[in-house]
Amino acid sequence: MLDLVWLVPLFPLVGFVLILLGGRRLGDPKAGYLATAMVALSFLASIGVLAELWSRDPSERRHVVSLFSWVPVGSLQVDLAFLVDPLSITMCLFVTGIGALIHLYATGYMHGDPRYSKFFLYLNLFVLSMLVLVLGENLLVTFLGWEGVGACSYFLISFWHERESAATAGKKAFVTNRVGDWGVMMAMFLAFEAVGTISYGGINAAAESGALSQSTATAIAMMLFVGAAGKSAQLPLYIWLPDAMEGPTPVSALIHAATMVTAGVFLLTRVNPVIEVAASWAPTLIAIIGLATALFAATVAVAQNDIKKVLAYSTVSQLGFMFMAIGSGAYVAAIFHMVTHAFFKALLFLGSGSVIHGMHHEQDMRKMGALRAFMPVTAITFIIGWLAIAGVPPFAGFWSKDEILLYAFAKSPVLYALGLVAALLTAYYMTRQVVMVFFGEARWHDAHDEHGAHGDFTPHESPKVMLFPLVVLAVLSTIGGALQLPFAKSLHHLESWLHPVVEFGEADIGETWAYRNKYLLLVVAIVIALAGIAAAVAVYVKKRRPPIEPAILEEGWRYDKAVSDFMGGPGRKAFARIAWFDATVVDGAVNGVARLVRSSSAGLRRTQSGFVRQYAALLGVGIVVALVWFVVIRGII
Amino acid sequence: MTAALVAVQPTTTWYLVLAAMLFTIGAVGVLVRRNPLVMFMCIELMLNAVNLSFVALAKNLGDISGQTTVFFVMVVAAAEVVVGLGIVVAILRRRPGTTADDLAELKG
Repeated sequence: MLDLVWLVPLFPLVGFVLILLGGRRLGDPKAGYLATAMVALSFLASIGVLAELWSRDPSERRHVVSLFSWVPVGSLQVDLAFLVDPLSITMCLFVTGIGALIHLYATGYMHGDPRYSKFFLYLNLFVLSMLVLVLGENLLVTFLGWEGVGACSYFLISFWHERESAATAGKKAFVTNRVGDWGVMMAMFLAFEAVGTISYGGINAAAESGALSQSTATAIAMMLFVGAAGKSAQLPLYIWLPDAMEGPTPVSALIHAATMVTAGVFLLTRVNPVIEVAASWAPTLIAIIGLATALFAATVAVAQNDIKKVLAYSTVSQLGFMFMAIGSGAYVAAIFHMVTHAFFKALLFLGSGSVIHGMHHEQDMRKMGALRAFMPVTAITFIIGWLAIAGVPPFAGFWSKDEILLYAFAKSPVLYALGLVAALLTAYYMTRQVVMVFFGEARWHDAHDEHGAHGDFTPHESPKVMLFPLVVLAVLSTIGGALQLPFAKSLHHLESWLHPVVEFGEADIGETWAYRNKYLLLVVAIVIALAGIAAAVAVYVKKRRPPIEPAILEEGWRYDKAVSDFMGGPGRKAFARIAWFDATVVDGAVNGVARLVRSSSAGLRRTQSGFVRQYAALLGVGIVVALVWFVVIRGII
Repeated sequence: MTAALVAVQPTTTWYLVLAAMLFTIGAVGVLVRRNPLVMFMCIELMLNAVNLSFVALAKNLGDISGQTTVFFVMVVAAAEVVVGLGIVVAILRRRPGTTADDLAELKG
């Protein structure tokens, strides 16, 4: 069964090709069902591979399936190979599992869209690329998927490209991701230069055996981190993710919350021996960037009014937590949080999509309120997602976030303290969102009466096909923590499962103060989560204090504006200079050569007089000169 | 035939001198004459001068390949004559009495 792992990406590929050829004929909703079925089959194939892998001895849970030699160039031998190990299969399972649910949801959400089949075409292509990314056995195969998901992200963000803002957001995502791609490519070149191979097995073995020098490992790790920061929306490259919410909501859930943005976390986990070998400031920097991103995005999320923007910044913030985990050597915790986050963030996004659907495409939370009576299923599932992300036990998010904070404490109490602030803010802004959307007084009557656009307007619950994924994800968000419970070693299922992959890089915190007092930290985390919720309730329900939503937070600390001001002012001038240099010096050199050739050939042209006898005479003279040269001067013959 | 003439045995040098003279006549002809037809005949003269030296040297060195080369030259020359004469006749028919110097349309 392990050799059949290529079946996993094959099904989305088949779906992609079928919809490409006959998507318009299949139409709405058959194209959607086909795409959903393909991803579901892929999920089943993943389960098959998982079962086989599970039955093996932990030390043998690594299998490489090489389909064909892809790039055989000299000493660079790159196969199109898939790596089956606990990490890649974990990724496959949640990509295809959550992917299938979101596909199903999208069949309802996109119903009636004029480009219905094209949407599923892109979605299947996305799942295919993501699976290639996580299954790749070397950096190049991963990079193929990496670029594929980037392209699909671009297509899907600007899916409604008639809207100027959607088209712009797509471009922004694409350009920002290019910066990260540069990092991945540099890492690939460095790895080939230093190790002579770009396969993960080769690179990690070199790091583990000490063949990789510390400075090279640092450079590779940092370059991969640049790539990961681009794809996983870390500071300073996070700017594309909030704007990516211009895409349809299932896209936001699938790509910009659950799967694609975790690619950076996955990549760094994959090369954890390299990070371990790198200079000690490298993981610290990763942790600091992660923490800064978590705090930064959490403060911005506090003041957003767009239902999806809150979730977007929340995603950025949670990804920051995952990077903090990686920087602290807590790879298992990072993957754990990635999985639980995929559950509850997909749930929250799909829930918000359900709200938007029911509110006739209204996304402003100030025009919502009291929706729980109108959409009970959406409300209950959304509330479960809220509890999960806010860190209330026993929901999934609590356990994974606690695990990250535990490792952060072991690395540095400062990381832990600031991480707690971010967790507090998370609980605060998510409570604010839930209160604004589902509780309080209904604010949508006035808004719509003023505009008179819809006449009599009541929000409605979404169709069953959209509610089913919500319910499944709500269940997963509730019980997802069972993957890794802190109470006993035997409950660390995820840790023992991922152990062969992260063995080398995983930090050992067994002897630290934090580990011995982990139940105290657990209690602190609960208190913090409840404090955040209580604060938000005091502000938004009891209205004891006016909400703190300064404009600077609403505008994301004016980071976007600063970037555009810089690029529009000094940046544009600098590029104008470079363009001038290009036009005068570079082009000047090229045109100068052309001018020189033209003027000299104009002189030479006169010798071509058209008189045959003159040619004959020149020929004769030439022969005589050549003979004199060879015979008299060189002395040949 | 007198005894004096019989005693004279032509050597390879003689043939080479003759070939050189023929070649010079041809080369000078190409350079000084303007009639295309005459120039064409002068080129043939040069080709045959070379042929003559080939044959003479082949005999002298006892190597057949020189003579073989002559066959190639003759065949190519025959083909060249067909094309060349065709062009010359066509030009002279269209512009009677024209000279090679008048035909300078291809000058740079």
